[in-house]
Amino acid sequence: MSGESVATRIVRVVLPYHLRTLAGVGTELTLEVPAPITVRSVLDALEARCPMLRGAIRDHVTQERRPFLRFFACETDLSHEPPDAQLPEAVTSGKEPLLIVGAIAGG
Amino acid sequence: MSTVRVLVGTRKGAFILTSDGKRQNWQVDGPFFAGWEIYHLKGSPADPNRLYASQTSGWFGQMIQRSEDGGATWAPVGNQFTYDGVPGTHQWYDGTPHPWEFKRVWHLEPSLTDPDTVYAGVEDAALFRSTDGGATWAELSGLRGHSTGPNWQPGAGGMCLHTILLDPSNPGRIYIAISAAGAFRSEDGGQSWKPINKGLVSNFMPDPTAEVGHCVHHVALHPARPDVLFMQKHWDVMRSDDAGDSWREVSGNLPSDFGFVIDVHAHQPETLYVVPIKSDSEHFPPEGKLRVYRSRSGGNEWEPLSKGLPQKDCYVNVLRDAMAVDRLDECGVYFGTTGGQVYASADAGDRWAPIVRDLPAVLSVEVQTLA
Repeated sequence: MSGESVATRIVRVVLPYHLRTLAGVGTELTLEVPAPITVRSVLDALEARCPMLRGAIRDHVTQERRPFLRFFACETDLSHEPPDAQLPEAVTSGKEPLLIVGAIAGG
Repeated sequence: MSTVRVLVGTRKGAFILTSDGKRQNWQVDGPFFAGWEIYHLKGSPADPNRLYASQTSGWFGQMIQRSEDGGATWAPVGNQFTYDGVPGTHQWYDGTPHPWEFKRVWHLEPSLTDPDTVYAGVEDAALFRSTDGGATWAELSGLRGHSTGPNWQPGAGGMCLHTILLDPSNPGRIYIAISAAGAFRSEDGGQSWKPINKGLVSNFMPDPTAEVGHCVHHVALHPARPDVLFMQKHWDVMRSDDAGDSWREVSGNLPSDFGFVIDVHAHQPETLYVVPIKSDSEHFPPEGKLRVYRSRSGGNEWEPLSKGLPQKDCYVNVLRDAMAVDRLDECGVYFGTTGGQVYASADAGDRWAPIVRDLPAVLSVEVQTLA
């Protein structure tokens, strides 16, 4: 409805080292994310805060996750969940962070 | 006194090496973008403090960084390289059609006159241009859309557009080279393109003299004589005196005519430099001796330059964008190796010394000569 504010949640996000240095941020960010809290909405908020991360986690056009990155939370690999799936309550409540993890590979 | 700034891209970051005009004592700054592959960085001829860098990663994709202060500080700019229209296909290694996919920027070539205009040569081969300092990029799709495009194939290092030459006497003229498609020329600022490979012979191709398919490694020109081009092809060092319309071989007495780099003396348009590599099967110098070869006659007659370079047990490579010259009165020549050395000569190649010995593998070397 017009004029009605969208509920937001504070979500914690942990970035891999190279994206922290690229964005000039610390290990963990707290983001205000409008509901529903999904991988897509969290990444939208992250990229709004840190525009230099656009294209670094998901493709600019297709929005597909880059192959060597994974999304973990609550000891679960959420990488293959639909991007619009609701994140676990522990993440949406701020109790647990969403971890963006680079694959352990390469030299 | 003049200052020389050497911009070094490596597998694990960028480095900036600075000296006065004597080129004896060097300050080493970096690594910038530590841990990232820096394929290339280059300064604007119109504003030497404006630098662009290509920062890439198999994990995180492509970034473009820009500096306004000669490399002291950097900020990321636009990194969206989207092919114009439906990308279509090129040939894969096995000859089957393969969709065009952006992978990385190999080479950044700033405009000769406008600091905000810069060209990017990318893999899979295409040419992009930004006119807003790198914030946004648009493909010059007449190149990839050339009728031969579906027949282009990747070389071993990928299907990369690695060479961009802007003609200082003709703002509309651009030369580019792709491994393994060949060299192309535009006369209209990049809108339309013509293959310029007549005279190249590549025996790995079914038709060794085909219009496209040649694995050109690098092309160089002297700015005072931009119709004369020098090419290090996969095998063969080549020369054109008619802006690429025809080529002839000038490998002459080189110990191997395989190699990657080629460059031209800043003040002697007939003085060339190459670094012979043993073969396409063994990417290191012949006999374990690192030697630059210089021709003072525009090719064919070459002399080895070895003073100060390792002459035993040397098995490094020198990659295609890893040689450059400065513009001081006594021309300086610089090159970097996959072993992490950056060598400099302040006397046009007669004597060499390492500026640094232990960087990550060097991908590119550019030089700025500052007043």
